[in-house]
Amino acid sequence: MVFKPTLDDFKGIGYYLGKIIIGLGLTMLFPIISAVLFKEINPAYDFIVSLLICLILGQLLTIVCSTQKDLSWVQGMVVVALAWLVAAVLGAVPFYLSGHWKSFLDCVFDAMSGLTTTGLTLAQDIDHICRTVNLWRHILPFIGGQGMIVIVLSFLVRGSAGAFRMYVGEARDEKILPNVVETSRFIWLVSIVYLILGTGALTIVGRIDGMSWINAVFHGSCIFMAAFDTAGFTPQSQNILYYHSLSYEVATIVIMVLGAMNFNLHYTLWRQKKKEIVTNIETRTFFISVMLTFFLLAIGLNKLGVYPGALGMFRKGFYLLISGHTTTGYQTIYARQFILEWGALALVALTIAMALGGAVCSTAGGIKSLRVGVIFKALYNDVKRIMLPEASVFIEKYHHIKDVILEDRQVRSAVLISLCYLCLYVIGGIVGMALGYPALSALFESTSAAANVGLSCGVTQAGMPAALKVTYILQMWVGRLEFMSVFALAGFFIASFRGK
Amino acid sequence: MKTRIIILSAACCLLSNVCSAQPTISSTELIENAKELDGKEVIYQGEAIGEVMTRGNYSWVNLNDGENAIGIWMPNNFLGLISFIGSYTARGDWLEASGIFNRACKMHGGDLDIHATHLAKIRDGRQVKHRLVAEKQRLSIILSGVLLCLLILQLLSKKLKKQ
Repeated sequence: MVFKPTLDDFKGIGYYLGKIIIGLGLTMLFPIISAVLFKEINPAYDFIVSLLICLILGQLLTIVCSTQKDLSWVQGMVVVALAWLVAAVLGAVPFYLSGHWKSFLDCVFDAMSGLTTTGLTLAQDIDHICRTVNLWRHILPFIGGQGMIVIVLSFLVRGSAGAFRMYVGEARDEKILPNVVETSRFIWLVSIVYLILGTGALTIVGRIDGMSWINAVFHGSCIFMAAFDTAGFTPQSQNILYYHSLSYEVATIVIMVLGAMNFNLHYTLWRQKKKEIVTNIETRTFFISVMLTFFLLAIGLNKLGVYPGALGMFRKGFYLLISGHTTTGYQTIYARQFILEWGALALVALTIAMALGGAVCSTAGGIKSLRVGVIFKALYNDVKRIMLPEASVFIEKYHHIKDVILEDRQVRSAVLISLCYLCLYVIGGIVGMALGYPALSALFESTSAAANVGLSCGVTQAGMPAALKVTYILQMWVGRLEFMSVFALAGFFIASFRGK
Repeated sequence: MKTRIIILSAACCLLSNVCSAQPTISSTELIENAKELDGKEVIYQGEAIGEVMTRGNYSWVNLNDGENAIGIWMPNNFLGLISFIGSYTARGDWLEASGIFNRACKMHGGDLDIHATHLAKIRDGRQVKHRLVAEKQRLSIILSGVLLCLLILQLLSKKLKKQ
């Protein structure tokens, strides 16, 4: 029997949703400061209006739904799923007020794309967007990559069982430190330290490449935020191609890989356990899948003679593969070149890399290396079991921060989530095909949206059908939250009508 | 007779110029027909955007024709022509670059670019002044008032609960 949610359930959800909205609103203070610094008066008011809307809505919810009760598992999941939808709508308000998007749906698309660290964009005339709105485009992935709930846990909510449930609901099932609030603060510490170092490095590279100080710092910070959070936004319309710079590309490769690494692994490395990077199942799987997909991609590109020499293969083939595999979405070619020049084999290799994605508990999307590693380990085990005598008993382990015994429960969970991702990729592809796009383009773009990558072969444009925009918005949302919270929201919704 | 010859030669000269003048090509055409145009001389027009990035004796200037922006690799002595670069505060100069188009430039790691041999300014850029939109200011004042009322309401309800 399904229980109908009570008023208390709704109050709990509303109260924490209100807190998250206030948290989101407060992050708009950064673009406001930027607007004041760069003397961009209209954008300043755009963000003041958006901030006030967030604070009013958040405050209203916390007053109306005031409660002392902790969140249950379902409530925690529902809060997270709703929070991401609401944040995409509220985060889109400054975009809409700036006038650089054709419709509010396009603004929501970009806000969801930013929050989920996807990087697909429908923005118009990016080269004339003010610095303040551009900064917001890059802050959104920084919020979403680390996790909105992580922000709220770090600053606005006391540590409790409910807090942990929200943390898990945001597709972060690994506790780095014993307390979930301490874990959230650690995630922010890592991100801020890397932000300072990464921005510094990119500023130096930018200066060497002939940029002015102010642009080198601004572009450096924006590119760092989008690279570390494996989003794909850049302040200019040409994406990374704008810089025409090998050193910029090398620097972003390092940052993208760092962003696709598990925060738990960062913590272990910070504690001087450098051996972990070699023994961890995730890094091993990531390395192997990068090598295999690059091998396929290189064969595809070489066969067609797409790029001259090793440098061309590195700056285009390898760069785009790392960009896709880490689910960043930075491009050094024009979207249409994928279809016109790359050929099917290279495109399929890149699509596989995008589908696999980065590490769990990182800013990356996709199926994730840990799951892929666990599935292959289980497959290897089963083959081994057939070879050994029937009476023999053996225990298989894998190393992920510590030695873990491989159990059926973990394999089942990894297979189920992987299957869900595959279904999501295919569903988006079918919608694309139904709307008239060629199969390969539709599957490529769908995988890019659902795995939160952001590479585009030209399908994502302001002129694409609204149904496809909505499909991609939902794919980005479901892909980022790794299904469970969305399923919980659907269950809660059904229970509200059918429960007893 | 002399006048006739002058007029005729002037007309011939003009006609030959018109015939030999290559039409400008758009960024979409360059991307879509990159294989056919690779290594050929093209004329491309667009607004200078972002900033000039100097690398030794040459510089990168990205020109946006409204569809895409294409990187133009040019000698530094062309830079004197450029006075405005497109950004939030300016409309960049509208420039015409003639040069060799590369689908995947060997020199620049496979970039799709144009190595300019000639640059001309078609239109001057200008500063853009953004006036304050009064509605936004008014809306923020109204919303501030609403938020203040909510905060007062919350304080009062807290006091009442305590009592």
